[in-house]
Amino acid sequence: MDEGRPIYSQVAEQIENDIIAGRLPEDTQVPSTNEFAAYLRINPATAGKGVNLLVDEGILYKKRGIGMFVSPGARERLIAARRDRFRSQYVAPLLAEAAKLGIPADQVAAMIRTNDEGMRR
Amino acid sequence: MNAIVEVSGLTKRYGSLAAVDEVGFTLEPGRVYGLLGRNGAGKTTLMSLLTGQEFATEGRIEVFGRSPVEHADVLDQLCFIRESQRYPDDFEPRHVLRSAEWFFPNWDAAFAQQLVEEFRLPVKRKIKKLSRGQLSAVGVIVGLASRAPLTFFDEPYLGLDASARQLFYDRLLADIAERPRTVVLSTHLIDEVADLLEHVLVIDRGRLIVDADAEELRGTAASVVGPRAAVDAFVAGREVLHRDGIGGLSSATVSRLSEAERAEAAAAGLELAPVSLQQLVVRLTGATDSEVENR
Repeated sequence: MDEGRPIYSQVAEQIENDIIAGRLPEDTQVPSTNEFAAYLRINPATAGKGVNLLVDEGILYKKRGIGMFVSPGARERLIAARRDRFRSQYVAPLLAEAAKLGIPADQVAAMIRTNDEGMRR
Repeated sequence: MNAIVEVSGLTKRYGSLAAVDEVGFTLEPGRVYGLLGRNGAGKTTLMSLLTGQEFATEGRIEVFGRSPVEHADVLDQLCFIRESQRYPDDFEPRHVLRSAEWFFPNWDAAFAQQLVEEFRLPVKRKIKKLSRGQLSAVGVIVGLASRAPLTFFDEPYLGLDASARQLFYDRLLADIAERPRTVVLSTHLIDEVADLLEHVLVIDRGRLIVDADAEELRGTAASVVGPRAAVDAFVAGREVLHRDGIGGLSSATVSRLSEAERAEAAAAGLELAPVSLQQLVVRLTGATDSEVENR
């Protein structure tokens, strides 16, 4: 686990990543709080807090006595939320670093384009 | 939730030394606490007071609703694994495990047997002849298999190798997940247990200086790094836990930074580096006497 960020939000993020990547499709059961705690070697209550955060946001839903499941439409909602944050989270720091090094924005854009082409090839 | 331990104004003096100095806190059921602090800070004395093995000089202690001293119904629910537990001279680990059944109503002999195998503890060897690590394993096994509603581990890992310590943490986590109970871990290996703790108590020179959720502590402290003048300007008027510097570069550790303050630091061109729980405790308790007086 990273230092400096609450563990429960990292647990939630990890589940979100699995949903976005398609490893946890809609209506599949997610591992139990105790399984998360044992696997990540963290306190069960902390793991539970991370899972409950996603229940509160409607990303997961609870089946009484069975466990937690991925809500229908969860993947689309998570992708939309991540897209909203993409600019502040990735583009802004990229441009800040470029400015520090004296690389103009159009040159950054050109780099992104050639890199993208290189990855497609 | 109802607290299972309530302590207020607790003081224990040995002559002129206050080993525990006006301490107050509560412990809730089903949580894992870290009791952290330097050697001689008062951790063991505090645990001895809570388990009725020492008498308080002043203050009030209630464990499961009443004083732990000489109340069998309270003591039945407690398990205190001491760093240097004494056993009768001719005792072997199997004698310890058999007698544990008499002291702990929730004792699980099958679980103890499983742990004996996992820790590779020789049960038919004189305790005197055990290595330091094997002796620690005896304590760890008793502490886990007792399943006491309130269990104290005082530096339980002395001499245990890295894989045995990991085994301890793994079994502890799995067992409290299935059978929630309150565990107080007193330890120096803070980095190793930081992710297991829900709540942290830091004691320094007998005084309780931190009583906070582990998640709250994580992420609230940060080291502000940048040009000296910019760092000085940012931390002016704040409590600085630690300062470092090299050349024109300076680093200052501060606690309780809000999101707005983080943004402010970033706007001032300062970098924020996370501070681990261990670093935070070292910085909170590492001050020399003169530094404390100058605060």
